[in-house]
Amino acid sequence: MELFFNPFDNLLCILLGISFTVWFTLLLVFIIVPAIFGVSFGIRRLYMKTLLKIFEWATLRIERGAKEKNHHLYKPYSNAIIAREPTSLEEEIKEIRRSGSNKDLDSASEFEMSDIFYFARRGVESIMDDEVTKRFSAEELESWNLLTRSNNNFTYISLRLTVLWGLGLLIRYGFLLPLRYEPSDLTETACCCICFHYRMKNFLSEKVHLMCYRICVRALTAIITYHDSENKPKNGGICVANHTSPIDVIILASDGCYAMVGQIHGGLMGVIQRSMVKACPHVWFERSEVKDRHLVAKRLSDHVQDKSKLPILIFPEGTCINNTSVMMFKKGSFEIGATVYPVAIKYDPRFGDAFWNSSKFGMVSYLLRMMSSWAIVCSVWYLPPMSREEGEDAVQFANRVKAAIARQGGLVDLLWDGGLKREKVKDTFKEEQQKLYSKMLVGTQEDRSRS
Amino acid sequence: MGSRASTLLREEEIEEIKKETGFSHSQITRLYSRFTSLDKGENGTLSREDFQRIPELAINPLGDRIINAFFPEGEDQVNFRGFMRTLAHFRPIEDNEKNKNPTASEPLNSRSNKLLFAFRLYDLDRDDKISRDELLQVLRMMVGVNISDEQLGSIADRTIQEADTNGDSCISFQEFIKASLVEANINNTSFNHLTKKIKILMGAFFINATEANLLNKLA
Repeated sequence: MELFFNPFDNLLCILLGISFTVWFTLLLVFIIVPAIFGVSFGIRRLYMKTLLKIFEWATLRIERGAKEKNHHLYKPYSNAIIAREPTSLEEEIKEIRRSGSNKDLDSASEFEMSDIFYFARRGVESIMDDEVTKRFSAEELESWNLLTRSNNNFTYISLRLTVLWGLGLLIRYGFLLPLRYEPSDLTETACCCICFHYRMKNFLSEKVHLMCYRICVRALTAIITYHDSENKPKNGGICVANHTSPIDVIILASDGCYAMVGQIHGGLMGVIQRSMVKACPHVWFERSEVKDRHLVAKRLSDHVQDKSKLPILIFPEGTCINNTSVMMFKKGSFEIGATVYPVAIKYDPRFGDAFWNSSKFGMVSYLLRMMSSWAIVCSVWYLPPMSREEGEDAVQFANRVKAAIARQGGLVDLLWDGGLKREKVKDTFKEEQQKLYSKMLVGTQEDRSRS
Repeated sequence: MGSRASTLLREEEIEEIKKETGFSHSQITRLYSRFTSLDKGENGTLSREDFQRIPELAINPLGDRIINAFFPEGEDQVNFRGFMRTLAHFRPIEDNEKNKNPTASEPLNSRSNKLLFAFRLYDLDRDDKISRDELLQVLRMMVGVNISDEQLGSIADRTIQEADTNGDSCISFQEFIKASLVEANINNTSFNHLTKKIKILMGAFFINATEANLLNKLA
């Protein structure tokens, strides 16, 4: 019996040993070494191109399948559900009234029963499709990227497609996921150890940080294109960017060193935060201090005034938005008076959706999804620095920066507050609408009394 | 991983809704996706809070009345069928529908059904009459605190005076139709422009002259 198993055992051991060595060498050669030196082999770009071709084929296949069944495919951007005209309250009500009677406008009565048509129509339009709620859930794609999580039209179309999907599933969970999990695990422990035990000189700590972040980036198979690096944030400035997921931090930090701002957490996060502070000064707040805006503002302005300290990285939206739009920037970071370096981050949704829907997924399941997507492809644009101009208040300055970021990233610029994800909208907006309408009614009265 | 809309809506259901409301297959799938994204409780129905979560609706002065229109008498939940039935009122009237079988029941998006929807926004107690109080309530919702009670009262009185033909100081559905009716300009460019655009369009309250004559006969 023993004799029978021994050679088999031996063979198994040898095989395991070989595969482990191969694995480790691959890891070293393709991930860790390039990260240390900051070079790239170009393999990831090739991977991207191949994937795109496959996705196109898959989408064509689905379209053909749908046509056979005589359905129209649901395409979120080319088939909008409603056509909205951007007109104002006054214009529309005048339009309804004008077409409502053959009297001419001057002698029209102040109030018409048909005025409610405008509000009813606007209301039902917003029920069918509104600008805000769809920013808090993952973006819908036009083409299918072989992930069931992003497809509305997925029904059984053809054997080939299903096989391809199955293969994709296997590759993602069996090959890519473990490949990514190992280095990220390694880096985390390495970072913690190094930072915690050694008080390093600045330049050395910079190098270590960059290296660690670069390993993380390769671990996630993030393919990042940096544009306009001459505008990279300098010491004593504030870097603002649109926020889509926690990965934003890794992406920006792998190309430059920043001081982070945030709440002190307990547990493992707290340990990491404290050890990061030893290596270079970040600005961490106690939970109670966050409520005190003046204290926060003072600490931030102290930090920026010291030119030797790293630029602060802030996400003024305050919450994760799904990367199709930029929502209201909180004015706090724009009141300090430092130079602002805007950065626009745009993810390519075809390869994997980076948006963290915190009400649906916890951190762990989010990371799992990230690591089992095809890749994370994004573009980062460093915009030229901006400062507050004469006569501009913090809110206007914030809006100006927001508009610049939205323009560069191809995102929709919205005035709505990202906090609407969790909170109700303020009544002041409704009161504005009521005021506008009242002006229409009362205004006519004033004209009448004048004539 | 999120479950996607079209896998939960069966083909038979889609066909039924198509017959009842006249929406196309892709419009129904699209609206079902919207329905599920609004349904935070994931129980297949929407409550009033789910609607209130839409910021643009929450700031609409008539928001509460519009939300009310979706819920049948005395109920607090609306399912997808009910949702579609109410939305069907806003589907534009296509020309090929006019020549359909005259004995078939009136489509949900017929002109009089659209006007009935608007009428019901005023008529809260469903007694088929808009009383002075009901009119005042809606006016107050639309103007907020910016107009005094007396002024508002006089606006309401004037409106009822102009619209009321049978002298009962209330506005019936027929009187409402006449009061808000259009002898529309068939060459009205915005109307033509709208009908050229596709999918669901609002602005379904424009009526052409021949229909106006028909409705006049109802009075």
